[in-house]
Amino acid sequence: MLIAFYMSAAVAVLATMVAITRRHAIHALLYLIVSLLAVAVVFYIIGAPFLAAMELIIYAGAIMVLFLFVVMMLNIGENATEVESLWLKPQVWAWPSGLATFLVIELMYVAFHSARPSGQMHVTTPKEIGIALFGPYALGVELASFLLMSGLVGAYHVGRRASREEEQYSAGTDGRRVVSGSNLVRAGSDRTSHAA
Amino acid sequence: MYLAVILFALGLIGLLTRRNLIFTLMSVEVMLNASGLAFVAGSYQWGRPDGQVMFLFILAMAAAEVSVGLALFLQYHRRAPALDSDHASEMKG
Repeated sequence: MLIAFYMSAAVAVLATMVAITRRHAIHALLYLIVSLLAVAVVFYIIGAPFLAAMELIIYAGAIMVLFLFVVMMLNIGENATEVESLWLKPQVWAWPSGLATFLVIELMYVAFHSARPSGQMHVTTPKEIGIALFGPYALGVELASFLLMSGLVGAYHVGRRASREEEQYSAGTDGRRVVSGSNLVRAGSDRTSHAA
Repeated sequence: MYLAVILFALGLIGLLTRRNLIFTLMSVEVMLNASGLAFVAGSYQWGRPDGQVMFLFILAMAAAEVSVGLALFLQYHRRAPALDSDHASEMKG
């Protein structure tokens, strides 16, 4: 168990180290996903299987896919086919998939060997986490929901394109602009129309 | 625990050395993940679920932060050709 911990820790450190030195953003993302997988294995080993699942689903699943979408949206350009042919070379995906395979092997090992009761290690069940979450930390849950809601609204407001009405609006005279509309929206659409 | 420290240090190095905004955000993710790992390690040390609850909160915060940050990047990319934080210093409010 200890060996498995150190090995996945090594994978995590290695993958992170590679991830922050890559030049290509998507390669870095691949390595970052491997690093997150390694951290999930570490969670599993130190007795937090629920958090390992959470790490996989939310971090490696949702957040990294978000990154990937944005990187792909930004990279659409003249060198897309070039990048595509670069992708098909084996050395691009060989290392991340190798490290991930290593993690899978390790996880199989741990899963088969932890069937027997393993010492005095305390495995936290989702039930315990839920009781703690909605008992003493109920206020924190509410705050997190506030944060997520404001994040949603903020991301929508910042990330949208200026709508047609606003563009027409900002193209109008200054005198008309002063009359109505909120200041924030007007300032944003103003800048967009200048850049475009 | 040492793993958390090392990962945090790596994230910090990435944050300080890379100029691309995507990489900056990724480094912030690494650092958040490392702090979450430290919480879970503490939870393992004392056998209590509190640290894991904290990790869930960190997860929620990271999700909100990433969504807003990426939306900002998209908006910034429409105005400037390169996603580079050196260019961003020329922004005028």
